[in-house]
Amino acid sequence: MSSPSREQWGSRSGFLFAAIGSAVGLGNIWRFPAVAYENGGGAFLLPYLVALLTAGIPLLVLEYSIGHKFRKSPPAAFRRLSRPTEALGWWQAAICFVIAAYYAVIIAWAVRYIGYSFGEQWGKDANGFFFGNFLQAAEKPGLMSSYVDGVLWPLIAVWVVVLVILALGIRNGIEKANKFFIPLLVVFFAILVVRALTLDGAARGLDGLFRPDWSALGNGSVWVAAYGQIFFSLSIGFGIMITYASYLRKRSDLTGSAMVAGFANSGFEILAGIGVFATLGFMAAAQGVGVDEVVSSGIGLAFVAFPTVISQMPMGTLFGVLFFTSLVLAGLTSLISIVEVVIAAVQDRTGLGRLPATLGVGGAIALVSIAVFPTDSGIYVLDAADHFINQYGIALAALIVLIAVGWLLRRLPVFQKHANETSAIPLGRWWLICLGIVTPLVLGWMMIDSLRAEFAENYEGYPTQFLLWAGWGVAAAALLVAVLLSLLPWRSADSETALEAGTDTGPAARDAQDAREKEKN
Amino acid sequence: MSVSAIVMLIVAVVIVWGGLVGAVVQLRRHPELPEDDAAPTRPAA
Repeated sequence: MSSPSREQWGSRSGFLFAAIGSAVGLGNIWRFPAVAYENGGGAFLLPYLVALLTAGIPLLVLEYSIGHKFRKSPPAAFRRLSRPTEALGWWQAAICFVIAAYYAVIIAWAVRYIGYSFGEQWGKDANGFFFGNFLQAAEKPGLMSSYVDGVLWPLIAVWVVVLVILALGIRNGIEKANKFFIPLLVVFFAILVVRALTLDGAARGLDGLFRPDWSALGNGSVWVAAYGQIFFSLSIGFGIMITYASYLRKRSDLTGSAMVAGFANSGFEILAGIGVFATLGFMAAAQGVGVDEVVSSGIGLAFVAFPTVISQMPMGTLFGVLFFTSLVLAGLTSLISIVEVVIAAVQDRTGLGRLPATLGVGGAIALVSIAVFPTDSGIYVLDAADHFINQYGIALAALIVLIAVGWLLRRLPVFQKHANETSAIPLGRWWLICLGIVTPLVLGWMMIDSLRAEFAENYEGYPTQFLLWAGWGVAAAALLVAVLLSLLPWRSADSETALEAGTDTGPAARDAQDAREKEKN
Repeated sequence: MSVSAIVMLIVAVVIVWGGLVGAVVQLRRHPELPEDDAAPTRPAA
């Protein structure tokens, strides 16, 4: 079948809001502040900016160019790049399937905590309340044995909202949702930061975050941490930006858009760092301890440290509502983009319409999410799956994509030229060096570091048998499914034939044809 | 707050938020070209 005209963003700002909404997620709020604090404080800014300019924005431009050039989701785009690389696209889609399944659960927790903020219902022991009363977590990781209704219902609500937005399509669903959610997120978080800055002890917290330790710059692991933060926070490496860019207009400014999205993501991280550390400074002052004793990140920061500090401050309810609503908004806009990758991949592969694809694919992810995570072992499976799919899914796939595109196929110059055709800021040789040498080296180093830690001791001390299925197993399954899907013959043989013959009149086909001709020459 | 922390806070805000403002201004200066495949592409500056 010949490809029907592809849906497009209604405006450039619509795409930018969606791209920023995807990049700004939970990691900006709960990961960046602690990473910066532990890696040199104010001095971390230098490796962080270097990483943004030499890896983050160049990778964004590459993903935008792949999506924009081929006008397809990752599997079809990589297939058009080169038949064997189709598996890389399916790998990214499978990674998105896994991430979406657990990411939704964290948003569901935050939804429930908006309610708990009224009256600070976690009481004096926020840790015991979260793991015991709320999650009803088992003592040890293992197989699921009971359901937790308090998580199940908000999770179902999250999935209904996400699937309705996705079913409405690119322009009416994703774009409109992001244009509403992102400004709302910024306003909510800005109010929260202003409140945090007026708390006693805020200056101590900010001093902890921004006081530079210049000696940290001589430590290689600090630089790797900076690249890791940029990499995981920008939503690069798992096909989101390829998918979103495939809905761009023909003459979009790719490099300029990447600069805006990259700096907006970092801008929000700085704002989050200020808000989080001002609050932690208040917590340290209230408890009469040093800031170093209250620093935490991730789930512990959001669902244990923040509830604890909210209980200690005047007007804590308002602060709690602002904080957990911000988490929900930041998470939702990212979750929408993650699920969209899988939906678009199946749509491009099968020709299914938006509604059946959303219900079928999104529904399948929602079912897995609802079946596995609102259980007594949910938090352990989430933690293990998150760690392994990040390291041996996203980061490994990105490394292999760069090796394949940059070194095996040697197509980086093709994408450089493509971006330069419609972008005001030209990509020079530096872009090729960043993506061909710097980023693969850093990703490779990250991979070796991570593997070494994996074999030195079990992640979080979890039992080996548990890690084998919930960690290694999940990451390996994503890769296996991808390879199998790439080996299946394409049912829509017509479009394949049209593509091969160059008779498809769509812009993607023309571009693909151009690329093939250049290759022959 | 120590002086060095204040300086780094200001530097971080100016560079990152300044970078964002600069990137937005740069993009706004170059409106999207018309959606006509026959239109000439913008030459690399």
